[in-house]
Amino acid sequence: MKSSLLLTLLLLIFNGFSTAYAATQASEAELPVISIQASRFVYSPNKIKLKQGQSVVLEIEATDHLHGFSIPELKVRVDAPQGQKIRVVLTPTKAGVFVFYCDIFCGSGHEEMSGEISVES
Amino acid sequence: MRKGIDRRDFIKLASIGGAVFASGLGFDVQAKSHGKHGHKLTPEDFYFAQLSDTHWGFNGAMVNPESANTLHMAVRNLNSLQNQPDFIVFTGDLTHTTDDPQERRRRMQEFRTIVDGLRVKNLKFIPGEHDASLDKGAAYQEFFGDLHYSFDHKGLHFIVLDNVSDPNAVLGQLQLDWLKSDLEQLPISAPIVVLTHRPLFDLYPQWDWHTRDGQAAIDLLMPHTQVAIFYGHIHQEHRHMSGHIAHYAAKSLIFPLPAPGSVPKRAPLPWDANRPFAGLGYRTIEAYPRKASYEIDEKLLSTGEQL
Repeated sequence: MKSSLLLTLLLLIFNGFSTAYAATQASEAELPVISIQASRFVYSPNKIKLKQGQSVVLEIEATDHLHGFSIPELKVRVDAPQGQKIRVVLTPTKAGVFVFYCDIFCGSGHEEMSGEISVES
Repeated sequence: MRKGIDRRDFIKLASIGGAVFASGLGFDVQAKSHGKHGHKLTPEDFYFAQLSDTHWGFNGAMVNPESANTLHMAVRNLNSLQNQPDFIVFTGDLTHTTDDPQERRRRMQEFRTIVDGLRVKNLKFIPGEHDASLDKGAAYQEFFGDLHYSFDHKGLHFIVLDNVSDPNAVLGQLQLDWLKSDLEQLPISAPIVVLTHRPLFDLYPQWDWHTRDGQAAIDLLMPHTQVAIFYGHIHQEHRHMSGHIAHYAAKSLIFPLPAPGSVPKRAPLPWDANRPFAGLGYRTIEAYPRKASYEIDEKLLSTGEQL
């Protein structure tokens, strides 16, 4: 009895997860993509404008070195290894100006490697 | 007899802009006598000095046209003290980073030569990201020794933590395990001083002023009732409490940085020709294990500057 209940529960969880995952995959392909190049010691572009609630894909590509990409206030951070395109789906839920910066030390000038995302309501 | 700074020394420092704030941290004296494993801590008053973020090799006239002289000035200043500190700690960014491994070693050798001119020969080094992040601390270890370690001094247990040799700004599980093991040797009430470069707490992550897994270290320290943390990285004084644990950031000896979040960018504050060396300095920390307190004296390199 207990094992059949457990099996049912696991199936429900798996189905729910699969649906959510499929929806994410489908919607991500339709989202606008913002490409960001990361190179010592700048992001290009380093000023990005978004609308509150508007989902986008940030596609970060490091050209010369391992960099980080972190937006602490939006709980976003990824490693950006050289030569790879790293995709992050972002749906800002609040308006404001949010700093993104490199959080992997990359040399003299690392401290200047930052940008900002402006989210309008 | 206490070996702290006497009044004559203090007046001398005050004449170049010295100022003071004091902090009683409430250290419990009875903690120092016996550890769990025969760890003996004998309380005795003393003082040590903290120098931070000297960035030897930095070149930027708009920020510090005296960059080649500032460290020498601090060394002369310390050497002029009648009562010398028991030891001197350098809390990271001893040198300014470079991509060239040879140039990195040249800067470290020069730094080492300059600080070997200090009258105090007991020097303790802590790495900063400028010293150790690009080569995982390889060159640093050649010149300054281990990246993390602990030592005892007159009743206080000092723990040096490395949150920079991994460029991701983490301590890492291996070091956290070592910290746990080191702390297990001590009674819960032992007085502990942690020395590190980056803040262990989330001071201002938007400016990279944190340690990603720093909270794990704070969690390990939290059961210990008498902990103080001295660090650098942010080029200014700053005080913060995590429960009963006090964090103290030190000034730099190369350029000051703005207060966390006070301006959009964390750019160095420009040199003020009317107030040369403004915002630069070092500190001395007097430890009074028997009186259960510390006293921190901030020493400014600028003339006429007020805290």
